[in-house]
Amino acid sequence: MFLLSFLLIPIVAAILLLFIQHEKRAQDIAIVASVVSLAAAVNMLFINVSTVDLTWLQVLNSRFVLQADGLAKILILLTAISFPAIFIATSKNHVAQKNIFLSLMLFTQAGLMGVFLAGDALLFYFFWELALIPVYFLCSIWGGEKRIAVTFKFFIYTFLGSLIMLIGIIYMYMHTKDHSFAFASFMEAGLTNTQQVTAFALFFIAFAIKMPIFPLHTWQPDAYDQSPTAVTMVLSAVMVKMGLYGVLRWLMPLFPSAFSAHTNIVMILSIIGILYASFIAIKQDNIKKLIAYSSIAHIGLMSAALFANKEVGTQGVLIQLFSHGINVLGLWIIADLIEQQTGTKSLSEMGGLAKKQPTLAILLVAFSFANVALPLTNAFVGEFLMFNSLFQVNPWMAAAAGVSVVLAAIYTLNMVQKCAYGDVSVAIQKMTTNKPAQAVLIVLIIIVFVTGVYPQPLFDLTKDTLLELFVK
Amino acid sequence: MNAIIVSALLGVILMFCSWGLKSESLQKNIALIGLLVLIVANLAQLNGWYVIDIDTKGMLSFSSFGLYANTILFILTFLYLWINAEEIEAIGHQSADFYALFFFILCGASILTSFDNLLMLFIGIEILSIPLYILTGSDKKNLLSNEAALKYFLMGAFSTGILLLGITLCYGAIGSFRLEAPVIIPSKGMALEQYLLSAGLILIFASMNFKVSAAPFHFWTPDVYDGAPTVFTSFMATIVKAAGFIAFVSIFHAQSKALGYSWELLLTFVILATLLVGNISAVFQRSVKRMLAYSSIAQAGFMLFALYGVSDFANEGILLYAVVYSVASIGIFAVLVKMKDYGFEAFNGLSKTHPLLAFVTTIFLLSLAGIPLTGGFFAKYYMLNAILSAGAGLWVVIIAVIFAAISVYYYFKVIQAMYFIQGTPAIKELPTTYTYKLLVLAIILLVLGVFPNLLFNYLYF
Repeated sequence: MFLLSFLLIPIVAAILLLFIQHEKRAQDIAIVASVVSLAAAVNMLFINVSTVDLTWLQVLNSRFVLQADGLAKILILLTAISFPAIFIATSKNHVAQKNIFLSLMLFTQAGLMGVFLAGDALLFYFFWELALIPVYFLCSIWGGEKRIAVTFKFFIYTFLGSLIMLIGIIYMYMHTKDHSFAFASFMEAGLTNTQQVTAFALFFIAFAIKMPIFPLHTWQPDAYDQSPTAVTMVLSAVMVKMGLYGVLRWLMPLFPSAFSAHTNIVMILSIIGILYASFIAIKQDNIKKLIAYSSIAHIGLMSAALFANKEVGTQGVLIQLFSHGINVLGLWIIADLIEQQTGTKSLSEMGGLAKKQPTLAILLVAFSFANVALPLTNAFVGEFLMFNSLFQVNPWMAAAAGVSVVLAAIYTLNMVQKCAYGDVSVAIQKMTTNKPAQAVLIVLIIIVFVTGVYPQPLFDLTKDTLLELFVK
Repeated sequence: MNAIIVSALLGVILMFCSWGLKSESLQKNIALIGLLVLIVANLAQLNGWYVIDIDTKGMLSFSSFGLYANTILFILTFLYLWINAEEIEAIGHQSADFYALFFFILCGASILTSFDNLLMLFIGIEILSIPLYILTGSDKKNLLSNEAALKYFLMGAFSTGILLLGITLCYGAIGSFRLEAPVIIPSKGMALEQYLLSAGLILIFASMNFKVSAAPFHFWTPDVYDGAPTVFTSFMATIVKAAGFIAFVSIFHAQSKALGYSWELLLTFVILATLLVGNISAVFQRSVKRMLAYSSIAQAGFMLFALYGVSDFANEGILLYAVVYSVASIGIFAVLVKMKDYGFEAFNGLSKTHPLLAFVTTIFLLSLAGIPLTGGFFAKYYMLNAILSAGAGLWVVIIAVIFAAISVYYYFKVIQAMYFIQGTPAIKELPTTYTYKLLVLAIILLVLGVFPNLLFNYLYF
């Protein structure tokens, strides 16, 4: 029953928030609820969690099953860290109807938790959609100028993907021996190779859109740019992980032969995506778009490493799921601080952050190092393992993907240079210290370096998933 | 049997009410109580208690499925009247006339859920259709309403003729009006009969497609739905359509063997054409009412999935789909009735002035689009499951799903207008209770969205 709390805490708080007009109080409730979730998530790491298994739809033989293995735990931890961090860091931002905003954010959190915990395919689909609906409203109501069209594109893209996945789920359901949606029954379905390919394709499209893999990525940069920053943080830190999670949870174990038959094509697409996104990032003057494209490149590397189908690479991805979330969250918080106080997203109008706000500038540099995966930072561990697996499969692919590290250094350092150094620009002159946000950033940077120097806890946490995937 | 007798009697009683009683609210209450009586009478038969126990000589047969479908249709009508009574009163002189027509329609619907003989099908369809022509033209001073009624009548009469021709050909082939006819085997020198039967069934199929507005027999739908008074459009698009589908499913589940493989091909063509026409045309509409007319064609495309093969999923699915689609459509039409004009712009800024109304409208739209947590999701789910387990190609389902994604586009345009675009909504004065009535519909959709099995628990006992 413990796992149920990850759904109940945000949902109860979200419903409560609908009735609280007072802005400050609403803020406090959201922060408290998300911190309680975080406490529960930390607690989960130290105890033995039992599976929740409740009767749900007997007619369809679908049960309400929540379970947490290492993969689920690391993503729950990431989600649980992200939400309080976002709430605290953006607490000073002005948002109309803040209680509704926070309420929808908490519904999103519940949806995400549900996706990572669901042990029944129909339930998984349910949460997969539910995480999307509040985001649709968040972006369309509070987003930037072009928000309605952009969010709509995002919504239709992902909705189409998930409907195709639904067909995949029904397809699997019909091939199970006991006509059930349970993960275990799916495993025992015993598909032939051609059937595996069909089911693989149906599931893969949904995950590829969510990650996104080139050429299905076109919804992403605009959506990141136009969403309110708090939502962008959720999207890029946690939500894109849904796609990778889906590959790890469903594609790899259920369709092993179809999976290994398609590794090359997906790896090539991912690498094209990495290079493409990196080159665009270099050209960006808009700091939010720069971070967005950089995030696409990083996710591309993770998907390439997953499809390399090697134990080291998968281990790297499992770690990187967490690390990438923390790093990108840090960068977004800094970008948001600058944008909120100066009103500009353009790098060319920035400059002199180091003189005006030295602490923030140091944090920016630190997160930038993490973004280019320098040793000692958390991203180094994951990326090293991932490149290792790419190299095992095909050195040329590893080399092509390796170029992205150089490119990442170019755009990230360019950003740091334009933003932090030089004379204090008119825009940066307006900046003042935002203590809560800085506190959050400091906590995040501690996580970056601690897991960078001593990643063993993360390895231990995800060991069971890796065993499940590769030893069997 | 109970439902057929009681609904016909109630129709007659209400006809006299319009002559004897002057108070419209009294007429409304009589109609509502009449519906409750009808529901009770029908449930009584479900429990084996008959008002008059007649041997129908194989004309009618009462299965628990049919009786359950009756109950659902009556309850939907009750909800419909409970919400829309005031609007009905605003049209014409005596609302009791309309209530009488509703009861006659329900009488036709109860025949359609229990016929066992093609003649009874014909009679049921006629009893169902004729009041509809009147309802369509009930706004006598409105030219559009008159045009719609005439169009509907002419085309409806024509399609009924086709139905009759189809029934005749079937009779010629098998020498019986019975639904479960003996199978004709061409190898025994009965090739001509085989052709006759196929031709007959195809004609019946075409005519039934006309009744449920499936492409390519859908051309009347947008004009009629648009021209008829909005309250009556709501009734036609929901309860009448559901009854038509239940009849459609029972004929073709009984007869699908006779047509064999080519049947699936024909049906696939109709399904895809319906989805294509409905969804693509809906995207380009500027009036919400016309958009809903096309969307009802699109939804019919999904309901046709139930015809593909006989399975529990098909039977349960068509009931679930009928309920969920009807509840959501009754809701959305009830909102539309209160709008001063039917453009998308009329909804601008509704969330600011009427937050609860905007919320329930959103639930209706999400359900029509088939988003999880609303009943619409499970309705679509059952249909997808039905057609896949009946052995349809995956490509049909994938195309259907792409159209489902397209449908999000036009349903969400209303949500966008309500929530994301500033403006003052063109809405009439609302009684406060009105929104709460709609909230009941929204709650039904949400409950069915989590526990769709609640609907089926009573089906098998």
